[in-house]
Amino acid sequence: MFDKFKSRAEAVSAEVHRFSTKDEALMFIIDVLKKEGVSDSPRAYAVWADCPFLKGIDRAMLAGKVPGLTFEVTRETAAMSHVGISQMDWAIANTGTLAQDSTPFEQRLASSLSFIHIALVATDGLLADMPSLLTKINPKESSYIAMITGPSRTADIERVLTIGVHGPQRLIIVFVDELKG
Amino acid sequence: MNKEFRDSISKALHNANLTGALGRFSETYRTSRLKAYEGIDFEVLRTRIAELKSYAASHLNVLSELFAKNAEAKGAKVFRTNSPEKVKEYILQVARENDVKSIVKSKSMASEEIHLNPYLEQHGLSVMETDLGEWIIQLAGQTPSHMVMPAIHMTKEEVSDLFSKEINERLSSDIPKLVKVARKEIRSKFLEADMGISGANIAVAETGSIVLVTNEGNARLVTTLPKVHVAIIGIEKLVANFEDIVPILTALPKSATGQLITSYVSIITGPTPNTDGSMKDLHIILMDNRRTEMANDPKFKQALQCIRCASCLNVCPIYRLVGGHVFGKVYTGGIGTILTAWFDELKKSEDIQGLCIQCGNCKEVCPGKIDIPEMILEIRRRLVVDKGQSLVQKAIFSVVNNRRLFHSMLRTASLTQLPFAKGGFIRHLPMFLSDLTEFRSLPAIADVPFRDKFKEIKQPNLKEKATFYAGCLIDFAYPETGAAIVRILNKAGIEVVFPDEQTCCGAPARYNGAYEVAAQNAIDNIKALTKDKTKYVISACPTCTVALKHEFINTFESLGNNDWMDQAHELSARTMDFSTLIKKLVDEGRLTLKERQQLGKFTYHDSCHLKRTLNVHEAPRELMKKAGFELVEMFESDMCCGMGGSYSIKLPEISAPILKRKLKNIKDTSVPVVAMDCPGCVMQIRGGFDKDKAAVAVKHTAELLEEQFK
Repeated sequence: MFDKFKSRAEAVSAEVHRFSTKDEALMFIIDVLKKEGVSDSPRAYAVWADCPFLKGIDRAMLAGKVPGLTFEVTRETAAMSHVGISQMDWAIANTGTLAQDSTPFEQRLASSLSFIHIALVATDGLLADMPSLLTKINPKESSYIAMITGPSRTADIERVLTIGVHGPQRLIIVFVDELKG
Repeated sequence: MNKEFRDSISKALHNANLTGALGRFSETYRTSRLKAYEGIDFEVLRTRIAELKSYAASHLNVLSELFAKNAEAKGAKVFRTNSPEKVKEYILQVARENDVKSIVKSKSMASEEIHLNPYLEQHGLSVMETDLGEWIIQLAGQTPSHMVMPAIHMTKEEVSDLFSKEINERLSSDIPKLVKVARKEIRSKFLEADMGISGANIAVAETGSIVLVTNEGNARLVTTLPKVHVAIIGIEKLVANFEDIVPILTALPKSATGQLITSYVSIITGPTPNTDGSMKDLHIILMDNRRTEMANDPKFKQALQCIRCASCLNVCPIYRLVGGHVFGKVYTGGIGTILTAWFDELKKSEDIQGLCIQCGNCKEVCPGKIDIPEMILEIRRRLVVDKGQSLVQKAIFSVVNNRRLFHSMLRTASLTQLPFAKGGFIRHLPMFLSDLTEFRSLPAIADVPFRDKFKEIKQPNLKEKATFYAGCLIDFAYPETGAAIVRILNKAGIEVVFPDEQTCCGAPARYNGAYEVAAQNAIDNIKALTKDKTKYVISACPTCTVALKHEFINTFESLGNNDWMDQAHELSARTMDFSTLIKKLVDEGRLTLKERQQLGKFTYHDSCHLKRTLNVHEAPRELMKKAGFELVEMFESDMCCGMGGSYSIKLPEISAPILKRKLKNIKDTSVPVVAMDCPGCVMQIRGGFDKDKAAVAVKHTAELLEEQFK
């Protein structure tokens, strides 16, 4: 299922990575943040929404390592961020789609306002298709269910595909085997 | 058709940007749609959608109530109304109560339908469309020309001019740069807006959820950043169960843009926390605006199965020439014509309904399984009932309805055409008739019609008999096609009977909304064709075959006239088109094609009624290949040739460019022969090549097969 997901997601311009441990995934993310020039100045912040991945990670130390990285996801920090990080609950293989209960606003802010969205997902959160997803989620319990497939796109001018309109221009998907969904 | 509308057609046809953009899109759409549906059984999928949407359309009130109950239980406020005015007043009131100054909107056709933006702006509110295409047309002061791609008619240069004016800075026409400008301009509005207005692609009664589908991500921001969210939903978006969203979400992006899924799908059930920790003030408006009335009309209920993918526009040969500002009002194209007749008013659809050529492309791809051409005919019929036929049409149909007069006029014509007819063609006609021969020659009326020629054909006395229905074109223009068919059937041991009393099949009257005339034609033909109890009634014109097989019955049903219904069904059961019958006879071993012949290459043109109403496309190809012809498929082989019966007479300016495209696709195959099963298409394409001077033989399949049987 992972291979199918990867090919479908890459076909819509998402970047897909997979790591067996959280440590490796974290190193990769820190690397991306540094390469992207995340710093403690407006428009260069990175916001990281609360998620299971962060459990057991010393956030203060991490923020110290990457100036500009904050775990306080507000309208202001998100609007001024270059990178947003959140953890998605599910990955749908046959369309390359990520899905999440986005009821807490931080989850939506971290995935919709920045130029880059880094989406963590547990490898065992992989599902075959949308009907499988519907057996896992219940709209009566989740007020805002979000599905994300690739970066934001438009073809509204002369049908020319252009990536990154209102949402992120890059979607970096990071599968972590060690994470439990 | 009024002059202003006619001028708008001409203007669109001469707008190279428009026809270029739409033409290119429709050509790539065809492929991308097919690719997106790879591995999916489209018929199964659309049957499921049609069922669940039809169920919803039958239970609009129950589902609205259930939706309201469930959404309110989750904390949303639900407002139900039939009136567009009440929708606008309600939104204004919510805006006033919340001290709203600035509004951001994601795409909503329901809001376009009620002209919401001008109303809110008149009341001092700032409204910004955030979908890129919608923002472009908002800046241009236009309505959307396409339901999914509102600004498809504009070039990047025009967009650059609009944006430059808006931000007071000269911009280039580089598309990624223009998109960046939009992101920046709209982002600041997102952050300061007090209210977000959205539509919804689906509303689920079982859970009170609304489903929003976008690619740009604007709907996520519209529903997240402002503290108030108003969703305007036409009640045809209701479905009963949560699981019903799967087939719709499976089909919508594939049919709309050839995507497997859109970038974003959001399912919202009740208010969510705002970014300051307060709860969203969520208002859901369920708007009826005649949808219930539509659901109660058996002829139009199925229009509510529409999921607004706009694939009917993308495959339409007319839409791709003139675009949505000509072919449509707020809603555009085929389905737009129907929605205009209801959500606006019947007479507003008068001009645009006339643009439909009845090719059936839209019906074939519709994921809601809607018979759009049939509903457009019903609109035509109701307009005729309301307003009556034009005098010219009345005169024509009174002739068609009098068989003797009609036939004697056609015979006279074969004499009076003499000054114009040469070599089987009429190349020029004088005065107002000249439009007819400008882009294609017309066939000269035959010296001896088939009905007379038939009497000269010596047939063996055979036990099995088939009735031949010639139709006007074979009878009076192409009698040789009829003669070929008699010879082929004789070889199969079938004697052909030709009842003289047969007359026009009624298609011209029906397609012009004159159902009473069509019904009289039907009765005359039923009498003529059922008196001999032959095994088959065979026709070599698909339009006539469709009339005999389906439309006599439909016309009687529409008029509530059951007097001839049993006979109409009996005739229907015996009727067969030429290629299907011949293929059957070959398969049964009653006809044998000569072996090891090498007859050269050909290409095949699928006629609209044969391919899409009778579902015949393999039989003629197989017969031709078996005879020894080598098939080279052309691009868009099943796209209409632009004939459409009287359409090419009423709208020659549209018929001509459609034909031109067809001629090009045929020529691109570099074959010497194009075969087809419809004498109407033969008339159009042969006449086109006569003007074009290309050396391509245009033949009815029957003519090509005549000599190929043992």
